[in-house]
Amino acid sequence: MQDGWARFAFAYLNPEVAAEWGPKILDGAFVTIQLGLATIAAGLALGMALAMLRASAPRWVQMAIVVFVDIFRAWPPLVVIIVLYYAFPYVDLPMGAFTATWLALSFVLASFAEEIWWAGLQAVPKGQWEAARSTGLSHFQALVWVAIPQAVRMTIPPLLNRTIAIVKGTALGSVVALPEILGQATSAMSLAGNPTPLTLAALGYLAIFLPVVILGRWIERRFAWKR
Amino acid sequence: MDVQSRPVLELAGLHKSFGGVDVLKGVDLAVAPGELVFLIGPSGSGKSTLLRCCNRLEEPDDGAVIVDGENILSPGCDLNRVRQKIGMVFQAFNLYPHMTALGNVALALRKVQGMAKDAAEAKARAALARVGLADKAGSYPAQLSGGQQQRVAIARALALEPKIVLFDEPTSALDPELVGSVLAVMRELKIGGMTMVVVSHELAFARDAADRVVFMDGGRIVEQGTPASVFGAPREARTRDFVARLAERG
Amino acid sequence: METLNTILDVFFNVEIAVRVFPFLLQGLGMTLLLCAGVIPLGLAGGLALAWAASLNNRWLTAACAVYVDFFRAFPPLVLLIFLYFGLPFAGLDLPAIAAVGIGFLLNASSYYGEIFRAGIESVPKGQWEAARSTGLTRRQTMIAVILPQATRNVLPDLIGNTLEVAKLTSIASVVALGELLHTARLAQSLVYNPTPIVVAAMLYLALFWPLVRLLSRLEHRNIARR
Repeated sequence: MQDGWARFAFAYLNPEVAAEWGPKILDGAFVTIQLGLATIAAGLALGMALAMLRASAPRWVQMAIVVFVDIFRAWPPLVVIIVLYYAFPYVDLPMGAFTATWLALSFVLASFAEEIWWAGLQAVPKGQWEAARSTGLSHFQALVWVAIPQAVRMTIPPLLNRTIAIVKGTALGSVVALPEILGQATSAMSLAGNPTPLTLAALGYLAIFLPVVILGRWIERRFAWKR
Repeated sequence: MDVQSRPVLELAGLHKSFGGVDVLKGVDLAVAPGELVFLIGPSGSGKSTLLRCCNRLEEPDDGAVIVDGENILSPGCDLNRVRQKIGMVFQAFNLYPHMTALGNVALALRKVQGMAKDAAEAKARAALARVGLADKAGSYPAQLSGGQQQRVAIARALALEPKIVLFDEPTSALDPELVGSVLAVMRELKIGGMTMVVVSHELAFARDAADRVVFMDGGRIVEQGTPASVFGAPREARTRDFVARLAERG
Repeated sequence: METLNTILDVFFNVEIAVRVFPFLLQGLGMTLLLCAGVIPLGLAGGLALAWAASLNNRWLTAACAVYVDFFRAFPPLVLLIFLYFGLPFAGLDLPAIAAVGIGFLLNASSYYGEIFRAGIESVPKGQWEAARSTGLTRRQTMIAVILPQATRNVLPDLIGNTLEVAKLTSIASVVALGELLHTARLAQSLVYNPTPIVVAAMLYLALFWPLVRLLSRLEHRNIARR
């Protein structure tokens, strides 16, 4: 038993390996956080822009947005990353691993966000629009000041869950050799011949995402919007 | 009424508190076979809790609940078997929305009594016929009026051939014009000899159908007697006030 | 015109597409097989979790919440890599299919569990009381009365998560399981042209688009009802 634990600790909780490769994992964590924040910013902004456009634009633009959204909801994010990273260099559009992963995840997040917000906008009662327009607000003003605030509030819990799930996809960047946490950990693991870096990576992910998940739970309870 | 026979339901020294607030402070009550006991009292007086303790939807803290000679609070009691003897009708109907009227009535017959599908459905149809809804067997709750839903709920309780049926404000959630149909079914049951305990504010119904009116306040039984005596000549001041206010409203 | 031809030649080279198509179909078959395995696994695990959480045992409920939060915070790819590349260091050499199975069970069950829990909680308490008052046991009530309603209440979420699980099978390519993405990348490295990946992307689209459409209808109806 003692022996088993010692062997387990040597493999997965090796302090020497941890000390040697810890800084690398930390570097990776910064890449993960940067990529995550950039994805959230771009994804949500694009998603909101698409939702607003869909609420105001002519029919063919609406259709184009629906097609875009459907495609990026249907494609596995890893497939999008690989297409961007491996396929575009063939037409002289080489993309770094960071850019490819960021673009892919941002498109996916934007699609989900657009869909959720659009549904939220549809759920704002007609009377709200009529009241706003009756006071002389333009369509755009009614959208921005009356409809969107209600839609956003209504859709916070599902959007938050979706955002967490997509931002966790930053780990997929390791497949195209992005030096984020997982990428650093797997290369460190093969160099060190010891899986402790993977343990560190796991802890790193938990340190980043667990607080967000718990925050999400709290918000969900607070809004309790389903009932 | 055969006063010699054993009570169908007997409560002795029933206590129940929620988070330190005593809702029932020692209630004794015996209900004879075929008797209709009408329970009145201000909100918060413990009427609903009392009913819900009778089949242990609420767990009493102390006392005894004896149904058909069996103390259902004793550890060896097979609660699910006993519950078939105690029908319950809820204020909000609580019909299963994903099942037809027939499905609602037949579920316990099949799952609890282990009846075959055909037999259970035949019995369920008979129960629906008793409440005047033979033609609604295939309807879902959402397709029925409130009064019809409540009658299906009564049929659900009746199909198990209970010894006693507890009614927890059965007409409070109904539009006034639908109340009559439910009360008519309850009257039929009374004539048929069913033992019933009813929590309700329908005073007119109490006057002509109840054998006994029990007034509760503050977790205790304050006064009881025939409808004529409790409504016509209440002894306690609290009863007088309550009856006067109820009469004003009704 | 010239550029368009170049682009078509690179991204959708018909000759290559025809050549690799049978190979990719094999991969698609594996993807479908994986879905058929991991989706029921996740559903069963999620149902078990939600059931355990509903037993009103404080410790059990807390344990379920910790489990769910843990795997919601943990990227599934990290989990898979740990199972496949990390466990051999402890002398546990899982075959790729087992690593994928366990990884998906752990990950998907946490999401499904949360959905089923919300569904069970959405059923009014009166339904429990009505069923129990007619003598149904807890288990009978759960199966015959609560779960049918709970499932219907959260059907869009269940379908949505199922789509996500199905899409996620693409990460099995990382442990060299021959599903669609893996065969596409293999073919790409052989023909030195991205056409196989583009064709695979089209196949994914054909597979999942109907689900996306269905989902979007259900979601709209759902939010509009609130």
